[in-house]
Amino acid sequence: MTDTWVPDHILYLVKGRVFQLKRRKRTVTDATISGAKALIECLRDERVDTIFGYPGGALLPLYDELYDADIRHILVRHEQGAAHAADGYARATGKVGVCLATSGPGATNLVTGIANAYMDSIPVVAITGQVPTPLIGNDAFQEADITGITLPITKHNYLIKDVNDLPRIVKEAFFIASTGRPGPVLIDLPKDITTDELEFKYPETVHLRGYHPDINIDKDAVRRAASMMMQAERPIIYAGGGVIISNTSSELLKLAETINAPVTTTLLGIGAFPQSHPLSLGMLGMHGTRYANYAVQESDLLIAIGARFDDRVTGKIDAFAAQAKVIHIDIDPAEIGKNVRVDLPVIGDAREVLRLLLSYLREKQSKSGAWLEKIDAWKKEYPLQYQQSDTVIKPQYVIQEIHRACPDAIIVTEVGQNQMWAAQYFQYEQPRTFITSGGLGTMGYGFPAAMGAKVGCPDRTVIDIAGDGSFQMTSQELATVVKNDICVVVAILNNGYLGMVRQWQELFFDRRYSHTELTQSVDFVKLAEAYGAIGIRAEKPSEVPSAISEALAADRAVIIDFVVDPTENVFPMVPAGAAINEILEPEVTA
Amino acid sequence: MRHTLAVLVDNKPGVLSRVSGLFSRRGFNIESLAVGMTEDPEISRMTIVVRGDDRVLAQVTSQLGKLIDVISVCDIPSSESVDRELVLIKVSADATTRSEIMQIVDIFRAKIIDVGTETLIIEVTGDRGKVGAIERMLKRFGIRELVRTGMVAMNRNTKTVNGGDA
Repeated sequence: MTDTWVPDHILYLVKGRVFQLKRRKRTVTDATISGAKALIECLRDERVDTIFGYPGGALLPLYDELYDADIRHILVRHEQGAAHAADGYARATGKVGVCLATSGPGATNLVTGIANAYMDSIPVVAITGQVPTPLIGNDAFQEADITGITLPITKHNYLIKDVNDLPRIVKEAFFIASTGRPGPVLIDLPKDITTDELEFKYPETVHLRGYHPDINIDKDAVRRAASMMMQAERPIIYAGGGVIISNTSSELLKLAETINAPVTTTLLGIGAFPQSHPLSLGMLGMHGTRYANYAVQESDLLIAIGARFDDRVTGKIDAFAAQAKVIHIDIDPAEIGKNVRVDLPVIGDAREVLRLLLSYLREKQSKSGAWLEKIDAWKKEYPLQYQQSDTVIKPQYVIQEIHRACPDAIIVTEVGQNQMWAAQYFQYEQPRTFITSGGLGTMGYGFPAAMGAKVGCPDRTVIDIAGDGSFQMTSQELATVVKNDICVVVAILNNGYLGMVRQWQELFFDRRYSHTELTQSVDFVKLAEAYGAIGIRAEKPSEVPSAISEALAADRAVIIDFVVDPTENVFPMVPAGAAINEILEPEVTA
Repeated sequence: MRHTLAVLVDNKPGVLSRVSGLFSRRGFNIESLAVGMTEDPEISRMTIVVRGDDRVLAQVTSQLGKLIDVISVCDIPSSESVDRELVLIKVSADATTRSEIMQIVDIFRAKIIDVGTETLIIEVTGDRGKVGAIERMLKRFGIRELVRTGMVAMNRNTKTVNGGDA
């Protein structure tokens, strides 16, 4: 070990960059590396191929290491974009998404994205710069207590106070984010920790006394579940995002076919069950299909898998599935009985539980035949429908045309009417093909999330179904997608309104459209062109198919501005607080 | 209904705010919270008294269990445990009332730990009933200040919260 003295204030050039070395004492051995370099090594060991980030003062030593690291760094234009992109990447690939932001405002700009990932149980590791440890608590420049701020919106978070803890903390962060019920984990990294030296060794195992994601499944409970399923006359499976997170789609399909039960999914569960399957009922809840909601209300056995009985699903909670016994399969014991009474909880990973369950079940023949006939009659009587027009573009028609042109696309959405139409009128067959902000309902999520999905799945077509309101919240990422050749398509259903709020104002606030009109706010074609993307506008129904095919053939990011009917509403609709079979729907004339 | 929870946590900075933040965010009411190191210096034990029905208790327990720094959560039923709280009471006392107060202190097996010309500080240790009773008895003399540690509790017999049960 040698003590090296570096001279005072020497400027020199390396690869065209100016360095200023300040006089400092460093203890250097061959075996030690800086905290910044150690972090890069950790990320490599975690097989991180992409980081979405934005530099800043506290992160300078780390960015210096990133300069020639073999990890792809995508420079966003706002840190919120980095958090949503990491989230979209995680949802599309199933891997952990990573985002990076500097201290203070950089870190606080991640907050919405972290909260979004937390609500939907998405594995994200967020790394934030922090002021040097001696300054923490001094209200230093660009200081924010980001571990305090993100306490209620992370699965766990860390402030690294000793560089020797860095490898262990990074290992734990990735482990916690990706196991059990996944979620975001934040690592706050003070600047001096990135320059401190350590002897690097990446731990192979994690030892956390208070965290044991491997759950021993209660086999008796699974046996009882199997027998309840065999006896049920009107069973229904209610599948949530947990089915997708745990990669349980094929087991779900087997279960449904074995016990002959129809399947409805939550918004986040879309894609968990093929919607072309005769047992598929589509989505349930506030904007779910009539037949899904009716089937839940008349069922005698509700089998919830990886779902959390959100208020947008249940409506009036006392009236939800009132005749049914409830089996709740979930990895998180805190979800059991949180919102509804549960007759039989089964705690565990959905895939393991379903595999065990399938081993106890035998093919069920006729018992639910009359039930399925009844549901088929509802399907025929109450299909999803809207009034088509020759003169004005209907948003639902745009979604159907996108499906026709590209049925295997990954669809990402913003939040509001665009999200509900995308959920209703595209037919999803595969998991991880519908990516949306469910729990938090974050406007501005879709475009950066689409960017992340496309980076994670470069061979897939990725289309962001947007509203003119939502898109404007994160449209600055156009610069990012153009600069990095991330070819996503943004289909804006431009109705000149904050459409979902306008819909509620129309239905429940005497048509007093208070501050929801956005007309003539921006020319989206010119906006696309200003960033070097392609802009296409469609104003008539006849222009819709060609606009879509032109966008799909493009070699750059594209915005399609679909000028749609501003008065169109999302139906069916269950008013907030009503039972889910109390459904509003306008008359549609043939 | 009142429940006493023994929560073993990693003895690390920030753990208390994680636990108290969870209670406020989820709308659970803490009646008292006492925390300190256990026989293992890496582990702290929190005794949390919480009000709520069985459903609330189940939510509190399972939400606490999800915190990474929380090692275990045990409901300590009052019928199978002992609980104690330490309270300091500064009570007005002059020559005319001092002897009467000292009698009360004797009866409750409390202690006088400070004597002034106008006040006494009394240390009482006991369960909720005893502490409440002496507080009521002393009220008419004028309680100037009162501080309590919060309840701590322990299972009777060989049963422990860290898994031991013979």
